Amino acid sequence: MAAFLVFECCNQFLSCRFSSGSNYAMSNGGGVASSTTHLLDFLEEPIPGVGTYDDFHTIDWVREKCKDRERHRKINSKKKESAWEFTKSLYDAWSGWLVVTLTGLASGALAGLIDIAADWMNDLKEGVCLSAMWFNHEQCCWTSNETTFAERDKCPQWKSWAELILGQAEGPGSYIMNYFMYIYWALSFAFLAVCLVKVFAPYACGSGIPEIKTILSGFIIRGYLGKWTLMIKTITLVLAVASGLSLGKEGPLVHVACCCGNIFSYLFPKYSKNEVLSAASAAGVSVAFGAPIGGVLFSLEEVSYYFPLKTLWRSFFAALVAAFVLRSINPFGNSRLVLFYVEYHTPWYLFELIPFILLGVFGGLWGAFFIRANIAWCRRRKSTRFGKYPVLEVILVAAITAVVAFPNPYTRQNTSELIKELFTDCGPLESSQLCQYRSQMNGSKAFTDNPNRPAGPGVYSAMWQLCLALIFKIIMTIFTFGLKVPSGLFIPSMAIGAIAGRIVGIAVEQLAYYHHDWFLFKEWCEVGADCITPGLYAMVGAAACLGGVTRMTVSLVVIVFELTGGLEYIVPLMAAVMTSKWVGDAFGREGIYEAHIRLNGYPFLDAKEEFTHTTLAREVMRPRRSDPPLAVLTQDDLTVEELQSVINETSYNGFPVIVSKESQRLVGFALRRDITIAIENARRKQEGIMLNSRVYFTQHAPTLPADSPRPLKLRSILDMSPFTVTDHTPMEIVVDIFRKLGLRQCLVTHNGRLLGIITKKDILRHMAQMANQDPESIMFN
Amino acid sequence: WDPGQTVHLLFMYVCVMLHRTHNQMKTYLLQNSEDIRCKCICPPYRDIEGQIYKQNVSLKDCNCLHVVEPMPVDGKDVEAYCLRCECKYEERSSGTIKVTIIMYLSILGLLLLYMVYLTLLEPMLKRRLFGHSQLIQSDDDVGDQQPFANAHNVLSRSHSRPNMLNKVEHAQQRWRRQVQEQRKSVFDRHVVLS
Repeated sequence: MAAFLVFECCNQFLSCRFSSGSNYAMSNGGGVASSTTHLLDFLEEPIPGVGTYDDFHTIDWVREKCKDRERHRKINSKKKESAWEFTKSLYDAWSGWLVVTLTGLASGALAGLIDIAADWMNDLKEGVCLSAMWFNHEQCCWTSNETTFAERDKCPQWKSWAELILGQAEGPGSYIMNYFMYIYWALSFAFLAVCLVKVFAPYACGSGIPEIKTILSGFIIRGYLGKWTLMIKTITLVLAVASGLSLGKEGPLVHVACCCGNIFSYLFPKYSKNEVLSAASAAGVSVAFGAPIGGVLFSLEEVSYYFPLKTLWRSFFAALVAAFVLRSINPFGNSRLVLFYVEYHTPWYLFELIPFILLGVFGGLWGAFFIRANIAWCRRRKSTRFGKYPVLEVILVAAITAVVAFPNPYTRQNTSELIKELFTDCGPLESSQLCQYRSQMNGSKAFTDNPNRPAGPGVYSAMWQLCLALIFKIIMTIFTFGLKVPSGLFIPSMAIGAIAGRIVGIAVEQLAYYHHDWFLFKEWCEVGADCITPGLYAMVGAAACLGGVTRMTVSLVVIVFELTGGLEYIVPLMAAVMTSKWVGDAFGREGIYEAHIRLNGYPFLDAKEEFTHTTLAREVMRPRRSDPPLAVLTQDDLTVEELQSVINETSYNGFPVIVSKESQRLVGFALRRDITIAIENARRKQEGIMLNSRVYFTQHAPTLPADSPRPLKLRSILDMSPFTVTDHTPMEIVVDIFRKLGLRQCLVTHNGRLLGIITKKDILRHMAQMANQDPESIMFN
Repeated sequence: WDPGQTVHLLFMYVCVMLHRTHNQMKTYLLQNSEDIRCKCICPPYRDIEGQIYKQNVSLKDCNCLHVVEPMPVDGKDVEAYCLRCECKYEERSSGTIKVTIIMYLSILGLLLLYMVYLTLLEPMLKRRLFGHSQLIQSDDDVGDQQPFANAHNVLSRSHSRPNMLNKVEHAQQRWRRQVQEQRKSVFDRHVVLS
């Protein structure tokens, strides 16, 4: 009876791999003597803190999966005991769905808040709405009847700053006053944003996607997905977007959604955090673009490391819930999720594939150039004195952006509005400068609907301004991405691509008009019929540039066609995206996020890259020939003092445990953090542990002379089944094992004797060396 | 006295109250009948310029004939003119916008006040209360140099503080230390988030 009770309790307190040894002994030997030793084991409580990780360390996935399976087994075995246990097991099964739903709700709500607030603050740089201070320009003039066809934004309730301060709306004095107020507001927003980030949550800066990728692959960054980071990121994102800097809010929205997911997963502490984070990033992209399916594919392709089918369904659910919540908040008053939802169904022609592929080449070239320039600038910021003044840097960049952006109407306006204007095709209902074509007929015949007309002077001046805007945006985005404010990359890249695309589209359109007797145009374009759609070129250009910089493939095409609703344009989009990816890959294999991961030295083992070299395990393992010998622990020879000195003198994360120095046969692996916690715990709880007490990792204490102090048993923290490979194993297989199992370290044996150790950091350094990069840049374990 | 009946009555009472608050909220949020509109854009036609017409009518009346007033063309041309116009029904919720902006500005204001307090007022107050600067520079090593001190931290976290004020003070100190470590990693050593 006592043995049965002890057996049950042992099952509960010892984790799966560690207990296998004791169970075996139990089932085989169960005499009185062994049951008393196991009684002592059961009296030893689990040491608090064992099994957790230090900040900036890698998770050991095998251990985590083991703990998870053990927990499930426990719950399932108790399920049949009582109704309470059954409900607990149901709750455990449903908690996953509850977390994902809550995450979707929170992401949708926060995205709505960010959209409304950012719109309002953006227009605050221009003026205020006197009748209702909380309305932006468009909402202020929503009901007014003074808007005309040509000037759709004029209404008496909206007053620009010049009107309020000087009393007049037109003239050079009011232009200068507007200019000055614009710069003032832009600078104050940027200054507020960087101050809030610096004082409250330094982790809230940047995009967030490289760090989330690394966290999902198993790296701990404490506080990165916490409450303060969430709040500060939301608030400062609005300020950063409103200050007119060349950045977007999609990447930070993914970070915000992942913070929500992380916080909710603490309410259900046993649920797998990885699934929640993958689902949360899908929800983040879904509310940013209004593209739920694109969000799921983005999470699958870019962000997640392990993506089983269960995660796919939950991510889709989270993305749909988030999109639904955003739609019911209805921030833009027209029931669309994103500002630039356009739908047209004009056909495209085969000869247009040539300019589309040219746009793809442009996208790839720009992507490669941007990645190189941005990484070079960020590296300079990291290593020189220039990086010591982040606040000054932000203010300087915001000032330059504001000063150069104000005169050009295309850079003065909100980037999302610019994209929408470029995507929209010119029809009879449009009256912007870009659509001022010359009419062919004079007054008697009505204005025809087709745009195949020569460009008027309005279009030419618009083209000039667009070219200048393109150059400006290309240069400023290099310096803006990576500032110490939340900054995203999607909207600026799409803007650059849309501008380039629209320019190309108008050029092709004018070519088709002036040379309509060329072979190409004669075949497909009829005179007087709608032939070229410049808006489509803008869309293709946007997709090409975004693909060139992030190297996304499927997710990008799905996002863009969910944005526009046009299945007809799949072929041009895919042609452009593939071309831009190939051209970009010719210059460098990494996208912007992988490049930033490498710049920061995160231990991210990319699952997409292939390891093609023929090195063997013994060439990568430590210790090398010139290194000191491997730091090992013997299983029952050490004293507490010796153990502490080993830990204090070295900085390794774990130590293999061997039988004895002569035989060098492997027993197991013990982690540094667990050893230190166990020794501290023993000092407090157990009596008689002194500096010369013996430490043993075996089941039974070694024979000691009679007057020696009480020995310390550390078997419970020993991992009895570490992974080993022989020294002749090819590195291809070793890298595959690390990737697929999520290992952190692996021991190398030769003829059964312990020879060395390979850690994830060694593998990353080796890969960097093989690729002729600097192996010392890998910083973390 | 039947407890089932009481439960039933309670349930009905809760339902009625919820319905009433829901109606009140709806009338509050949609109190502006200006929150719906029908917007008709009519392009230039012959010698008539392009125009935009807006009226707050409901969905069934949102077409050219009801909204375009006064009609600029005569009887026979009305159809041709109306064919070129595009009418869209739009709805917005000004209450949501108002609540969101006010909430955002109040949170921003609170954060700014707290920031001013943390950076300017608190060091001044501390210096006055403690005479010479006793600002304790906490040891911010990441734990690698002193593994046993870190273990000490991990274990002491499991002790509970009985006093409420002490708890708040303790939590705030811990948060400040975390933020300082984060600031060091991001701004000083440039280790994360270049």
